[in-house]
Amino acid sequence: MCENTKNIIEINDLEVNFKIKQGFYEEYIKRDKKIVRAVDKVNLNIGKGEIVSLVGESGSGKTSTGRALLQLTPISSGNIVFDGEEIKLNDKEYMKNFRKRAQMIFQDPYQSLNPRFTVFDIVTEPLLFTNSKARIAEKEVLALKALEFAGLRPAAEYLYRYPHELSGGQRQRVSIATCFIMSPDFIIADEPVSMLDASVRADILKLFVSMKEQQGTSFLFITHDLALAWLISNRVAIMYLGKIMESGPADLIADGCLHPYSQALTSVLAMVGEKKKTKRIVLKDETPSPLKVPKGCRFHTRCPVSRPYCSEVEPEYREINPGHFIYCHYPQKII
Amino acid sequence: MSEVLLEVQNLKTYFTITKGKVKAVDGVSFTLNKGESIGLVGESGCGKTTTALSVIRLLPKEGNVEGGKIIFEGNDITNLEEEKLSDFRWKEVSMIFQGAMNALNPVKRVCDQIAEPILLHEKISKTEAMKRVKELFELVELDTNLMYSYPHEFSGGMRQRAIIAMALACNPKLIIGDEPTTALDVMVQAQILDLINDLRKKLNMSMIMITHDLSIITETCDKVAIMYAGKIVELGETEEVVTNSLHPYTKMLISAFPNIYGERKMVDSIPGDPPDLYNPPEGCRFAQRCHMVNSKVCIPEESPPLIDYTGEGHFVACHLWRNSNV
Repeated sequence: MCENTKNIIEINDLEVNFKIKQGFYEEYIKRDKKIVRAVDKVNLNIGKGEIVSLVGESGSGKTSTGRALLQLTPISSGNIVFDGEEIKLNDKEYMKNFRKRAQMIFQDPYQSLNPRFTVFDIVTEPLLFTNSKARIAEKEVLALKALEFAGLRPAAEYLYRYPHELSGGQRQRVSIATCFIMSPDFIIADEPVSMLDASVRADILKLFVSMKEQQGTSFLFITHDLALAWLISNRVAIMYLGKIMESGPADLIADGCLHPYSQALTSVLAMVGEKKKTKRIVLKDETPSPLKVPKGCRFHTRCPVSRPYCSEVEPEYREINPGHFIYCHYPQKII
Repeated sequence: MSEVLLEVQNLKTYFTITKGKVKAVDGVSFTLNKGESIGLVGESGCGKTTTALSVIRLLPKEGNVEGGKIIFEGNDITNLEEEKLSDFRWKEVSMIFQGAMNALNPVKRVCDQIAEPILLHEKISKTEAMKRVKELFELVELDTNLMYSYPHEFSGGMRQRAIIAMALACNPKLIIGDEPTTALDVMVQAQILDLINDLRKKLNMSMIMITHDLSIITETCDKVAIMYAGKIVELGETEEVVTNSLHPYTKMLISAFPNIYGERKMVDSIPGDPPDLYNPPEGCRFAQRCHMVNSKVCIPEESPPLIDYTGEGHFVACHLWRNSNV
């Protein structure tokens, strides 16, 4: 393990393509292969002990990016550097270690837990691979510690319950305990709180922050909620149609984003008990199909300030201020 | 404008299960004027959907209105028979259902589905009904060329628009929106909320908006009722309730939402779980989770009534308020 590398994950020009299944005629006679570019040349680094949020609408490729990072979806091109080393897919020992160090928390706590497993089974299942000779008593100690950390107290009471006996928030805590038991260095949390009530959401988020602070765990937090991203993360990246539109420090969201898309997103956020300071920019129409990505800048069809040049030349993903990257020809304040 | 359209008085809706009765809604009262919109907010399981289903009388067979009255335009509809109800539903009150993805029939064309309530309720021919569907499509800003499509050809936002068109099909006076934007993306959500606001102004409709997201209420509703464990704990003008909340639960709920224009600090959560409504606790139902609880007053006394302490139409159900004012 290289201790001197600063980033836990470096994504370089990552592409994830999905082939569309078509009929015999299109496929073999016309040879017209259709490909969806779910993730199109994404560059992103995640530092050690950092929470980076990936924000975007559904279909923007944020989940595909997350899954590709863990090699749950094959990547089409580009590479991923994990802790100073490129991921070696063919090296079994390496992958075993990698799987131990990088974990994922899924969105829906109602579907991600096996209903026939007790909480103990769920939480200690990963140990089968890493510590298969452990005795039940040993596992129990570990499971109790993990559950205790995840905020299920007293943990002993939950150990032999089934998922259906738990509420949504408690289930998500079980998922977190399952992650925690491996003490991973990197966690991908895919919309971990979108199914939960506002009143329990905060506790789950606090768990992530305390994991980061206590153990230096790094997070990729995938969400559609800009306000949450702003709240917990160090850096934020906003995705649209498979590309990162803008990325930079989380404070950008409150004030300082320059891409028209990010500005539109922040302008429609409704804040409780806050008079609107700015006018709302409601974008017309819907996100174009990823099968037909618009020519030039892929946002120009919906951009409120697009110019003729935008529809011809694709902008580069460039750094305009230190740490602030943008995919736009004419970054400007439009609110 | 201040004509009363709907009056719910002390509504009690219970679900019968093998063990006994679950008091899903227990003594809810509110009034709704013509052209006004009210938001029902609360955690899951607090009875907000049950309240709305009681109004449109669409409760599942285990659910019964066991007490209280629902008065719509001066008529008591609490015990209306099933035949008369079909006149009332959709023509007077209609509903926008949660989860636009599942609310449409996948094997019927969208236009046929929207025409269905029109043909059922009004004695007009199919061509006339289709003309009306076309108008509705224009009203909700959908492309009329897509009228004859099937639901799977629509995106989430378009389906939600189609469902709104369906709810408007018979010119109802009251629309109930049950989490109409929950499954949608931020930008589509903004579009749909704008559409709902415009339509409400254009057609002078009243609305009951059910959601767990307080920020949606601040965008769409004149009044808001905060519900907890089957009871309304705070009721008043949205602006007033949000900026000057009186009940500890409302305060905690508001602080659970981050505000990107304010200071960046971690949001708070509400410790504990909502009570089991099969056997609700004595006294104030929020007492177990309340950080301001006074064990001498809140738990031994019976559950606090909803009272307007300020005299300005801002109601709150909390013992602490009564004691501080008396």
